[in-house]
Amino acid sequence: MNPVNYLYLAALLFTIGATGVLIRRNAIIVFMSIELMLNAANLTLVAFSRMHGNLDGQIMAFFVMVVAAAEVVVGLAIIVMLYRSRHSASVDDASLMKL
Amino acid sequence: MSTAATAASLLAADTSTGEAVQFYVLGVLAVAGALGTVLLRRAVHSALCLAGTMVILALFYLANGAYFLGVVQIVVYTGAVMMLFLFVLMLVGRTTADSLKETIKGQRWLALGCALGLAMLVIGGIGQATLGSEAFVGIGAANAEFGGNVPGIAERLFTEYVVAFEVTGALLTIAAVGATLLTHRERTEKARTQREQAIERVRLNQHVPPLPAPGVYARHNSVDRPGLLPDGTPSELTVNQTLRERGQLREVGQEQLAEVAAIDKRTADYHGRGEEARQ
Repeated sequence: MNPVNYLYLAALLFTIGATGVLIRRNAIIVFMSIELMLNAANLTLVAFSRMHGNLDGQIMAFFVMVVAAAEVVVGLAIIVMLYRSRHSASVDDASLMKL
Repeated sequence: MSTAATAASLLAADTSTGEAVQFYVLGVLAVAGALGTVLLRRAVHSALCLAGTMVILALFYLANGAYFLGVVQIVVYTGAVMMLFLFVLMLVGRTTADSLKETIKGQRWLALGCALGLAMLVIGGIGQATLGSEAFVGIGAANAEFGGNVPGIAERLFTEYVVAFEVTGALLTIAAVGATLLTHRERTEKARTQREQAIERVRLNQHVPPLPAPGVYARHNSVDRPGLLPDGTPSELTVNQTLRERGQLREVGQEQLAEVAAIDKRTADYHGRGEEARQ
């Protein structure tokens, strides 16, 4: 098996995550789809790291994980806050700035 | 597999058959988990599917020689992040089932079209830019340079990337403080005591005595079944407000009333009283 297959798998997961962001309206599921996209990007970084025999890719993936953890904390706090003020976690309900 | 054999397979220009089998089996599962995350209606099921996909990705990291990242993936993602997701799901639990009503007409098909285009773009790009197998190096040498994957990563992290490492430390602190600030809520008015609430109830003269109890005819005394008024209609007042808002009321319909009548009839028959006795 060619290790490039990992890249194809990561591309597929990334696409599925992007689809989730587009079609779902529950903010938490949208957020989980974003996490899926980040994980797919990490798989790409790790696979490239192996192909090139260089640990820099793994360091990048590590930083992506750290930033993703921070992002999850703040994002979920925003969702909880939105839910408190609107009693709904649907992204369609946050339409205050719509004309 | 011994360490030497693992290193050899990670050095090789092509992966071993075992890894190919692992890739195809787990890859299918990972894609299934991702699809489940996106397509399942209940958010908790989505979260569990995503956790499964993340565990499989951790196995892929291990197979790619990224031992440190594989363990971090399990600890941070499936451990901390997914736990946080589930925690918030329980907090925001009332609207977890997504509505399937389309608010923008044709949005779903447009989105699927866009996704298809993205897939073609990305996968086509990889296909165009594929490395030849002669360019494939393998992570074995890089891992062995400092005596293992973790020392190798530590060497990079604390020399070349030390500034970025410090900045991410600051970022994590700021994120924690920000989340606390965002979700903290100051109470603006004094909480009413039980005595004040009782006085208020009497003054408004609404439900001065306790609310009526749920349940029907001592047969169904669960809290989610409304009690019946004398005319047979269910009374909403008897059920807790939270259950009412969640729509978790058990229906007391005509079937239940018919059931009760049937039991009455059977009892009457058992005691030998016929139809005429009950009329």
